[in-house]
Amino acid sequence: MKLLVCISQTPDTTAKVSFNADGTEFNAAGVQFIMNPYDEWYALVRACELREALGGAVVALNVGPASNETTIRKALAIGADEAVRINAEPKSAAYTAKQIAEYARNEKFDIIFLGKETIDYNGSEVGAMVAEYLDLPYISYASKLDLNGNVATLERDIEGGVEVLEVDLPFVVSAAKGMAEQRIPNMRGIMTARTKPLKEVQPVSFDEPVKAVRFTLPPAKAGVKLVEPDNMDELVRLLHEEAKVI
Amino acid sequence: MVLVFAESPRGNLKKAAFEAVTYGKKVAELLGTDCVALTLGTVKDAAELGRYGASRVLNAGDASFEKFDSQSHAAAIADVAKNNGASVVITSHTSTGKAVAGRLAIRLNAGLVSGVNSLPSVEGGALRLKKSVFSGKAIAEYEINSPVKIISLMGNAVKPEATGNPVSVENISVSTGAGRIRVKDVKTQEGRVPLPEAEIVVSAGRGMKGPEHWGIVEELAEILGATTACSRPVADSHWRPHHEHVGQTGIAIRPNLYIAIGISGAIQHLAGVNNSKVIVVVNKDPEAPFFKAADYGVVGDLFEVVPRLNEAFKKFKASN
Ligand SMILES: Cc1cc2nc3c(=O)[nH]c(=O)nc-3n(C[C@H](O)[C@H](O)[C@H](O)COP(=O)(O)OP(=O)(O)OC[C@H]3O[C@@H](n4cnc5c(N)ncnc54)[C@H](O)[C@@H]3O)c2cc1C
Ligand SMILES: Nc1ncnc2c1ncn2[C@@H]1O[C@H](COP(=O)(O)O)[C@@H](O)[C@H]1O
Repeated sequence: MKLLVCISQTPDTTAKVSFNADGTEFNAAGVQFIMNPYDEWYALVRACELREALGGAVVALNVGPASNETTIRKALAIGADEAVRINAEPKSAAYTAKQIAEYARNEKFDIIFLGKETIDYNGSEVGAMVAEYLDLPYISYASKLDLNGNVATLERDIEGGVEVLEVDLPFVVSAAKGMAEQRIPNMRGIMTARTKPLKEVQPVSFDEPVKAVRFTLPPAKAGVKLVEPDNMDELVRLLHEEAKVI
Repeated sequence: MVLVFAESPRGNLKKAAFEAVTYGKKVAELLGTDCVALTLGTVKDAAELGRYGASRVLNAGDASFEKFDSQSHAAAIADVAKNNGASVVITSHTSTGKAVAGRLAIRLNAGLVSGVNSLPSVEGGALRLKKSVFSGKAIAEYEINSPVKIISLMGNAVKPEATGNPVSVENISVSTGAGRIRVKDVKTQEGRVPLPEAEIVVSAGRGMKGPEHWGIVEELAEILGATTACSRPVADSHWRPHHEHVGQTGIAIRPNLYIAIGISGAIQHLAGVNNSKVIVVVNKDPEAPFFKAADYGVVGDLFEVVPRLNEAFKKFKASN
């Protein structure tokens, strides 16, 4: 079993979001960065579970600068066997997908895992792009993945339900809640992570079809209008006449 | 031409498709061209898409499209886009649309902006589009410069507008060979509108004390025709089913009205709901962080407030 897990680094969930004066760049000062939760909790853990059951190797892959290595080491501490960092600023989903696909093209992975989306730019784009570059089936938002020989059974979250499906190896999958349970790295994991291989790969060039023009903060809420708890008729009136939502 | 992929889960066009076509029509007007809708598989009432602004409705009726596979769907949509010289392709930002849009971008050598929530502005040959990023904490504007442009449209971002007339459906044939996924079963919860599509959501948290108290929340949802949701600890303790969990790790929603009952308003919860148009918070703690994100608030004991609210809504519904 040869498994690839694509991990991204994102600002911590509770980070204060701000941008530089002309709104072109995220303000990273004082922000703590973490492994994107879906990549860490579900994709990586399920890949490690499959490797534990079936043998083989889990490779964690990040497209990012050298400063991402703390996050990559965490993936090794959780259980990845080796890591690859493609040395580039991940400018967009399309750029990232191109780098991942070029790396994976000759490596013959059985499954390529991603998270369902990154929590910073919230795109949910990379997985489908990687799958298309490699001409592979793509199962998005999978909340369950079991393997029986060459055939995988998956459940995929759809609006108001789940779809149950089968697909042969190899394929690309994006992981949602349910696929695995979060693992906290233990001391032994953290120690061995230091000695596991972390390879650096150079990026391929790519023409960007999309560029970020500007980031702004959403307009502040006007402030909450409080209604007395014994006057629910007033709340209903406000929702009807003022907010016009009922 | 603007091509809209109007998705039809299990043969039925849903709100997402009508929103996408309404949006496609407006984008086409901005570009001085027309809007063509594409449906795949056997689709009930595809002609209706004309009413939402499609000047033509194309249907590739091959039965294999009735089981979703992003590979065969994207291949078909890309074929139609190429054959008809589409300059913009629009999908919904749904489980189907998200899985297809990225593939289309590669197939058509096109730039993609996903989860767009408003109309674009035209800058020469480029399109500028806005979307919400950082789980609602910021807004990003992107520019697509490629000749073909792909947009996936966030749910509830535009209101479907049925101002036109039905058009007759043109049957077309497309290549179908690409799919390799075998769909075995689709399990959906009957009855309620799925959370991502719901216009009103009634949600409750740990303040409910236990699953046995959910009757008042269910009743409120029933009166409003709303869908129920919950905070993460509520789903984690199995008080409510997992598919109701909203927030950063659960489902992200943007209803017109979100009523939060006994939920503190932690940042990870807000990440999934702060794009709601109007937020009402019921909490006994005036310091609960949720009040900062709310439009209307009631400081009080939910076990007293919610039954009163239910009576008030019933009265309102009876006279309106
Ligand atoms: C990485 C990460 C991801 C997370 N993802 C999510 C997510 O997706 N969704 C999510 O919801 N959470 C998520 N969480 C958890 C989140 O941080 C909060 O812990 C959670 O949202 C709290 O749930 P709650 O508001 O129901 O409970 P509590 O925080 O316990 O709040 C209960 C509230 O009910 C009020 N209350 C109590 N009794 C009454 C009464 N009788 N009448 C009126 N009000 C009453 C209290 O004043 C309190 O404000 C995540 C956490 C982390 C670390
Ligand atoms: N820079 C990156 N390096 C490696 N994988 C990434 C990177 N960015 C995104 N991914 C993967 O792509 C998934 C979806 O990202 P997105 O399309 O940006 O929402 C993430 O959950 C990761 O698994």
